[in-house]
Amino acid sequence: MKRVYVKEEACIGCGLCQVYCQLEHSQSKDLIKAFKKETPRPLPRVHVERNVEVSFPIQCRHCTEPWCVYSCLTGAMHKESISDEVVVDMEKCIGCWTCIVACPCGALSRDLDSKTVIKCDLCPGREIPACVINCPNEALVLSADEKRE
Amino acid sequence: MQTKYLIIGNSAGGIGAAEAIRQVDKESALTIVSEEPYPAYSRPLISKYLAGERTFEEILFRPVNFYEQNNITLLPGKKVTHLELDAQTAWSEDGTQIAWDKLLLAVGGNPIFPKIKGSDKRGVFTFTNLDDAKAVDRFLGSARKAVVIGGGLIGISVTEALVKRGFDVVVVEMKHRILNTILDQRASLMAEEVLKQAGVEIVAGHTVVEINGRETAEGVTLDNGETMTCDLVLVAIGVSPRSELALDTKLEVNRGIVVDRHLATNHPDVYACGDVVEAYDFVYEDNRLIPIWPNAYIGGRIAGFNMAGIPTKYPGGTAMNSLNYFGIDIVSAGMPTAPNNDDYEVMSKQETSTYQKVILKDNFIAGMISVGNIEKSGIIFGLMRDKINVESFKQSLLADNFGLAFFPQALWRERLEAPPGLLLQSVPSIQTGEKTFVGE
Repeated sequence: MKRVYVKEEACIGCGLCQVYCQLEHSQSKDLIKAFKKETPRPLPRVHVERNVEVSFPIQCRHCTEPWCVYSCLTGAMHKESISDEVVVDMEKCIGCWTCIVACPCGALSRDLDSKTVIKCDLCPGREIPACVINCPNEALVLSADEKRE
Repeated sequence: MQTKYLIIGNSAGGIGAAEAIRQVDKESALTIVSEEPYPAYSRPLISKYLAGERTFEEILFRPVNFYEQNNITLLPGKKVTHLELDAQTAWSEDGTQIAWDKLLLAVGGNPIFPKIKGSDKRGVFTFTNLDDAKAVDRFLGSARKAVVIGGGLIGISVTEALVKRGFDVVVVEMKHRILNTILDQRASLMAEEVLKQAGVEIVAGHTVVEINGRETAEGVTLDNGETMTCDLVLVAIGVSPRSELALDTKLEVNRGIVVDRHLATNHPDVYACGDVVEAYDFVYEDNRLIPIWPNAYIGGRIAGFNMAGIPTKYPGGTAMNSLNYFGIDIVSAGMPTAPNNDDYEVMSKQETSTYQKVILKDNFIAGMISVGNIEKSGIIFGLMRDKINVESFKQSLLADNFGLAFFPQALWRERLEAPPGLLLQSVPSIQTGEKTFVGE
């Protein structure tokens, strides 16, 4: 299972991971347009937490036993059998937010325009997610655990 | 017929169990028998179906090929009426005999139907399954006004569906405020406010004593003698465990079927989960009825592992609801209101359209409510579920920027590590002892 880990000693809470995540999930893939012009406004799937000198980004942990999946009312949130990623099917999601209550990391957020939950999708089409590539301090790493079987 | 695993009930609990069983035992015969003639669908979504926002295909809980792909025999439209535990056999109404090695009762709840004079009239409905939604839908025709009896989750969800269909709706709630079992006074009032803005009339503190009309409902009479006209009546008081099947057996039944921390009944090969059971509540530290979808699924999952020979302990569940009717987002979990004694500490914060509350007992979270801004509710609920002492950071629980960064370092590090797959790890070492499900 691939997921993004943080080396928290290297994270300075600059928030660029969030910026590039938002850009990656925009229509235009243009920084100015993505932030100022696009509607609906693209939303980041990572957010940075800060408390005095402590900071780190949070994105979906793609848990092996995902509470969000087990709590989903519609079957939208599921675990892909091959990649083991936790994925939300936007067509099925009704935006009931039960998964948000279930996630102990607060890694999920609401898209109030489409009324669907949004989460880290590990940037489909990219080998390395945008947050990892664009971290100026190399504080983020993509790690592929051996699949536990 | 004969099956290794027999699951009675094809909703959240049954599917949770089937998926767990298939994770560890892909071969043995697995049969799901369901009274309903449908593949598993999402019960909470019947209000979306009634509102016309989702078709049946769009409320299916699993892909259409789910049963085939998982080598599950689904017997839809078959009602099991009798169990013989010693012979490990179940009989259905049509005479089918099913022998099983392991049995799961995931039969859910029955809508509570109080004795109200005139409740046998046409135009009086309950609202717990798809057929209810279909029946209401067929009846609507030129109807314009509905009375909903019960201001709980089901009542409010059907109210929203009817409002979306252009109905005038009156909600009659026996207690003094709607959603009183899951919200506190303040959150209830906030919910009431949005309902009223949507044109819903709320009559709290009263009951319906009679449904008026000849053959079809034409109105209701309240306990204060007041009458109101309507074209249909929805009875949405709640559900009670469908424990009938267990009643003529030696299975222990209290208000629901009694299960232990493995979701096992007092019969070694019989398990039960979901709305039909009294299972462990980690807030009240006792067995309780908690008829909510996620607990049914998780309970089913635990039962499934145990049925398949992987000893797995249920960490417990508690009431946990996310409501989003009429455009307001509300989350509640655990106790909605603190018992009136010194053991409990309540922290809350209210702004114009948001409200946050946390109830602590000895520095452990026993209850939470969030209205409006709900995005941190999972972090708080996680602390509650994992029984984490929050003394060192409780002052920040309601801060706007609250998050994992306020946890002690060891705790946020643990959260950022992906939780290990306890089940999968436990497979090679089944004999060495019991494994606990994630979260404990």
